[in-house]
Amino acid sequence: MKMTGAQILCEGLVREGVEVIFGILGGAVLPLYDTLPQYPQLRHILVRHEQGAAHAADGYARATGKVGVCMATSGPGATNLVTGIANAYLDSSPIVAITGQVATPFIGKDAFQEIDITGITLPITKHNYLALDAGSLAKTVKEAFYLARSGRPGPVLIDLPRDVQMEQAEFHYPSRVDLPGYKPTLQGHPAQIKKAVKLINEARQPLIIAGRGVIISSAHNELKELAETAQIPVVTTLLGIGCFPESHALSYGMLGMHGMAYANMAVNAADVIIAIGMRFDDRATAKVSAFAPHARIIHIDIDPAEIGKNVRVDVPIVGDVKMVLNALNKLTISAEHVDWIEQIDGWRREHPSTEIRDSEGLLPQFVIRKIYEVTQGEAIIVTGVGQNQMWAAQHYWYNKPNSLISSGGLGTMGFGLPAAMGAKVGCPEDTVWLIDGDGSFQMTIQELATIVQDNIGVKIAIIHNSYLGMVRQWQELFYGRRYVATPLSSPDFVKVAEAYGISALRVKSREEVVPAIEQAMAEQGPFLIDFVVEPEENVYPMVSPGAALTELLEEPGKEEAIWRKRNTP
Amino acid sequence: MAETKHTLVALVEDKPGVLNRMASMLRRRGFNIESIAVGRSEVPHLSRMTIVVGGTTALVEQVRKQLDKVIDAVKVSDISGDDIIARELALIKVKATSSTRSEIMQVVDIFRANIVDVASDSVTVEVTGDEEKVDSLLGLLGGFGIREIVRTGRIAMVRGSSGPLVVEERLSDTRNKRQKTA
Repeated sequence: MKMTGAQILCEGLVREGVEVIFGILGGAVLPLYDTLPQYPQLRHILVRHEQGAAHAADGYARATGKVGVCMATSGPGATNLVTGIANAYLDSSPIVAITGQVATPFIGKDAFQEIDITGITLPITKHNYLALDAGSLAKTVKEAFYLARSGRPGPVLIDLPRDVQMEQAEFHYPSRVDLPGYKPTLQGHPAQIKKAVKLINEARQPLIIAGRGVIISSAHNELKELAETAQIPVVTTLLGIGCFPESHALSYGMLGMHGMAYANMAVNAADVIIAIGMRFDDRATAKVSAFAPHARIIHIDIDPAEIGKNVRVDVPIVGDVKMVLNALNKLTISAEHVDWIEQIDGWRREHPSTEIRDSEGLLPQFVIRKIYEVTQGEAIIVTGVGQNQMWAAQHYWYNKPNSLISSGGLGTMGFGLPAAMGAKVGCPEDTVWLIDGDGSFQMTIQELATIVQDNIGVKIAIIHNSYLGMVRQWQELFYGRRYVATPLSSPDFVKVAEAYGISALRVKSREEVVPAIEQAMAEQGPFLIDFVVEPEENVYPMVSPGAALTELLEEPGKEEAIWRKRNTP
Repeated sequence: MAETKHTLVALVEDKPGVLNRMASMLRRRGFNIESIAVGRSEVPHLSRMTIVVGGTTALVEQVRKQLDKVIDAVKVSDISGDDIIARELALIKVKATSSTRSEIMQVVDIFRANIVDVASDSVTVEVTGDEEKVDSLLGLLGGFGIREIVRTGRIAMVRGSSGPLVVEERLSDTRNKRQKTA
């Protein structure tokens, strides 16, 4: 059957199970948008800025495990997607971005709204396509979705010229892809698995560091089996949070720059580390030369290029996390590490990193803990980037995969609201809370209009400290308290929310916190709470940049903190 | 670890932009390309690239894996440790007068190079060989005055039957496997 390029694309989207597209139209995608009504199963959500479309697709992908789709016109529409695509690339999030392009005769002529988006996105996509004829478009769409979701997932972009959208071609959707250059290794090498088992069985102080790869591979049960059988404590990366229940006795929270003190100490003391679906990011390892000095390292990852990239590895296993863990679990014998676990528990007692001190003022940690309590730990939490993100990682406890959605690799302020929107669209039955900072929130605040227009019931908690707080914290600790360009004024968020048509409250005291959260939960649609918190609260523990994981700054004692506040200009 | 020159051979899909994808990956990971040469291979729709980069073995292994991740790259091997045949071609335009021409021809003969063009005041020499041979010929011709040089960069192949065949067998292996699983 003959179809237009636009129809071929839509047919492909339907066949790939797409249910929602986040986008903004424009001149170069008009034929495509004109075709959308023929496909009512493709819900289009009009965002207010293309960056929001890419983040929403990313949030949708992370919450559902499916491929998120965003769409934009050529030129500025396409370039506005770039931050969102880069964010998805660094966090291995499967999205397909579709951009309009000027008609093929105009390509290379600097035509109106022409930009080389495939060139621009070359280093931030897993792969990209400039579709030059409608006849091969079906194959391109098939490949794009296959690449986005398989192996190490990532963003794929299809640039679709206006004339190709209108060109007629025979439609045939391929049943399989033929990509000779793409063959992810799924099964771990048996010899390497044997070596790993030997190391694990000989270990006296083993530790698992689990990352987002566990979530992507849906390997949380296999991870639990390994940890429980061999009695191995588990710490996670920021993006690995939720891959192992944080209520589990063997869970020791997040490692890294703002990780739990005891998690970092465990890494430091471990004799065998099993790193699963993580990539030894510098925020997780701190000073690499001092990372896990006593440990032999087993690294399981689907991406061979991650092995040995940042740290030396003793037993590399390239493969799908779930398959490799299954193979490991068949061979790992049960063990006890009573002394080792007791040692880490001792560190946890001495360095209770998630304890919240008493304070007359409203502490951000307290707000987040109350959101945890009221939602009973069942919500999907989406964060901005900065202090709000670290507190949300530390003070909410996550027991399900995909329950924390956060921008890890790129650290994109403004990720929160659109990503929360995408998560809620993907999981309408779940409660979705956005925990954002006043700075981060203002970077994509315009998406409030989107959640109203499409009635997307995101609950928003702004941790409002009137600073670009994380940067202020660095200025306080490492730049002699010179607060350059970090004091931040904001509009009245309650009035802003109301202007958009969203119910909102301002909370300034501890007593108001729980009732406000309860009111937000009772509301059908979106709700915003402006939590005005202690302005100069810091995130602790903290590993100074360039320091080793164990060189921690911990929260100063209450008296010391008061002294410090009084004695500083 | 010592930095050495590494020769990578890549079998890539013959598609627009593939050279850009490979070069962009090298640039992004901070590698300087000493030379890159590309042309059709014995397999239809596939090209073979020879890339010379400098770096420690561990770093080059990292970049090899990154290049292998380029979807259009079918296979990337570091053949530096293998017994290889490496060649490049250079065209050298040398100033020549009636008095120097015969001397130039003698040098060219010793290097088993060829004179491919003669003008009233210059000759153009074509030479094939490894970089050292080309460099030493250039050194000798330098005395006559060099007008213009163009070099292809290295192309390389593993000696014996092992090199390119292995790539092909692996390729057909994965194709067969994919057909079975599909």
